[in-house]
Amino acid sequence: MMTNDTQNPLLAVRDLRTYFHTFSGTVKAVNGVSFEIGEGEVMGLVGESGGGKSVVGFSVLGLIDEPGKIEGGEILLDGQDLVTAGEDRLREVRGREISMVFQDPMTSLNPLHTVGRQMDEVLRLHTKLDADARHQACVEMLESVGISQAAERLKAFPHQFSGGMRQRVVIAIALLARPRLIIADEPTTALDVTIQSQILKLMRQQIADKGASMILITHDLAVVSEMADHITVLYCGNVVERGKTRDLIETPSHPYTRGLIDSIPDTAHRHDRLMQIPGSVPDIRNLPKGCNFRDRCPRAQALCAQQEPVLTKQHATLWAACHYPLKPGETA
Amino acid sequence: MFGYLLKRLIQMTLVLWVVSVIVFLMMSFTGDPVFMVVPIDATDSEIAQARRLLGLDQSPLVQYWRFLTSLVQGDFGQSYVFRQPAMTLILERLPATVEMVLVAMVMAVAVAIPLGVYAGANPEGRLSRTIMAGSLLGISLPGFWVGMVLIYLFAVHWGVFPSSGRGDTAELFGLRISLLTWDGWHHIILPAVTLSLGTMAILLRMTRAGMMEVGRQDFMKFARAKGATRHDVLYKHGLKNALIPVVTIFGLQLGDLIAFATITETIFSWPGMGKLLIDSIYRADRPVIVVYLMLVALIFVVINFLVDLVYTLIDPRISLK
Ligand SMILES: Nc1ncnc2c1ncn2[C@@H]1O[C@H](COP(=O)(O)OP(=O)(O)OP(=O)(O)O)[C@@H](O)[C@H]1O
Ligand code: SF4
Ligand SMILES: [Mg+2]
Repeated sequence: MMTNDTQNPLLAVRDLRTYFHTFSGTVKAVNGVSFEIGEGEVMGLVGESGGGKSVVGFSVLGLIDEPGKIEGGEILLDGQDLVTAGEDRLREVRGREISMVFQDPMTSLNPLHTVGRQMDEVLRLHTKLDADARHQACVEMLESVGISQAAERLKAFPHQFSGGMRQRVVIAIALLARPRLIIADEPTTALDVTIQSQILKLMRQQIADKGASMILITHDLAVVSEMADHITVLYCGNVVERGKTRDLIETPSHPYTRGLIDSIPDTAHRHDRLMQIPGSVPDIRNLPKGCNFRDRCPRAQALCAQQEPVLTKQHATLWAACHYPLKPGETA
Repeated sequence: MFGYLLKRLIQMTLVLWVVSVIVFLMMSFTGDPVFMVVPIDATDSEIAQARRLLGLDQSPLVQYWRFLTSLVQGDFGQSYVFRQPAMTLILERLPATVEMVLVAMVMAVAVAIPLGVYAGANPEGRLSRTIMAGSLLGISLPGFWVGMVLIYLFAVHWGVFPSSGRGDTAELFGLRISLLTWDGWHHIILPAVTLSLGTMAILLRMTRAGMMEVGRQDFMKFARAKGATRHDVLYKHGLKNALIPVVTIFGLQLGDLIAFATITETIFSWPGMGKLLIDSIYRADRPVIVVYLMLVALIFVVINFLVDLVYTLIDPRISLK
């Protein structure tokens, strides 16, 4: 039984399929993804570039644009489906129930509006507070994300802030209406290393304070292993493995997860140099039959080319989609 | 701020000075104005005397100096034809041109912005394609032809709008304004539409291009992720970011329309500056032409300055320097 298989999860994504119908073919960016998040939980969503992590995040908020479309599945918030919900309902959800922090703080804020106006917008949209109360709430929130002289800073424009400060503003905006779930899409990759850890610490603390849940999207397993309660690993739009953070990091059962862990620099694993997963992500428009990972997999056998593996229960809390999963203690 | 204004003022003066040199040179190469003032049967000595009176017997440098000093004093001389101060003639007709141009610009903006935003936000839609095809027509059809077609349809065929003249005007601060009377509005519609179509099409295309560019930016998606309505995302976040090039073109077009309202005014017998200019060119009425050219130069320079001010209102990253 996985810890996140709670009776009433906050968010349950079931068999989500999000496709992009481009000129050069259909991109099945997310092709049957399922996961659950309970109240107050942090879930890591990891995988290499192009795995579909951002598309999952945008799908949850109903922000998939042409030529993309959610072709199937359910996104249940408190058991209510968002895929079939209308735009009005989605607008209530966005920012209020579920908010999002984007990868690049340099481009997430409107350059022509003051920071104060951009913060205020969320409160105007989602609360009935009057102008004074909204102002007060903005000041407090900015201070709580570590920006001093908040009342003054509200009058400033984004270009007057550093990257780290802007990401703090974005986080403040994401937290303002006290959402229950925050989707953080690589919130620190654009920042330099010292700022990265500050921001992550801040997010963890804020989430804990507010009792919110979080989907932390990243390609960096090291980051996620510190913060997440459980992890979902995506490859080519499919979940290849999921489970509690400790089990998944210490004894992964899927060869892809193993590869990701081995390519974390500076880990306890005794590797002289960084190991990269050999090969590259296949063209998602025409995936091979069988397992998507088989061209890069050290354990691949004949069956892998014929039959697509499905998620099955492994040791501890892990579920993996692999015909020849690793047992605890096996390396590759 | 004060330093900036001073700098701009000096710049503007310099531009106007250069224009004055060009205007002076142009005037000296285009025929001898003395024949405009003397009677047909004037004797040689009469002509010589007129020449002395006009200062045309002096060296070009002296002539230019006199030209410049009188310009600076606001003395543009008498119209050879009307025997009135040239300045007065132009200023009398300025309101007619300006109000026609303003109505045209307002119409252009009122149509171009919403349609441009729509076409930029839904680039693949059928309606957007129709709008874009229409804007291509607006750019490529010559104004005089459009004017004639409008006259044929609305004035001759259906008889809903008059085809010429300004109609009734009312006086405001000593200026005669058509827009204060119903009849004036009735008269201004056709010429203003004619004048606005080209600008409308250009502004529409600029707005669309800007919106498409802005639409790809993260902050637009972030605004949606906050729960903003589609309308707010497009107009409050998108449009403002797409506006700089639109304002630039707006300024250029505004100057252009004032300067080149000539054709429209001629077609619709609209009693504005442009029509006076054409008449004055036919009659080699130098002082009037000079006033017109200097005034148009001044208008361009001022619009240019205002556009720069508007930039700073739109974008806090642009400062007056
Ligand atoms: N608008 C779009 N049109 C076409 N294809 C798209 C679009 N958006 C995403 N995709 C495709 O969907 C797949 C998943 O993209 P996604 O951005 O979710 O990857 P990701 O896991 O977030 O990667 P990264 O780590 O680079 O952010 C990619 O193959 C991408 O090319
Ligand atoms: S199914 Fe086969 S190819 Fe795919 S990951 Fe498992 S062992 Fe490797
Ligand atoms: Mg991404």
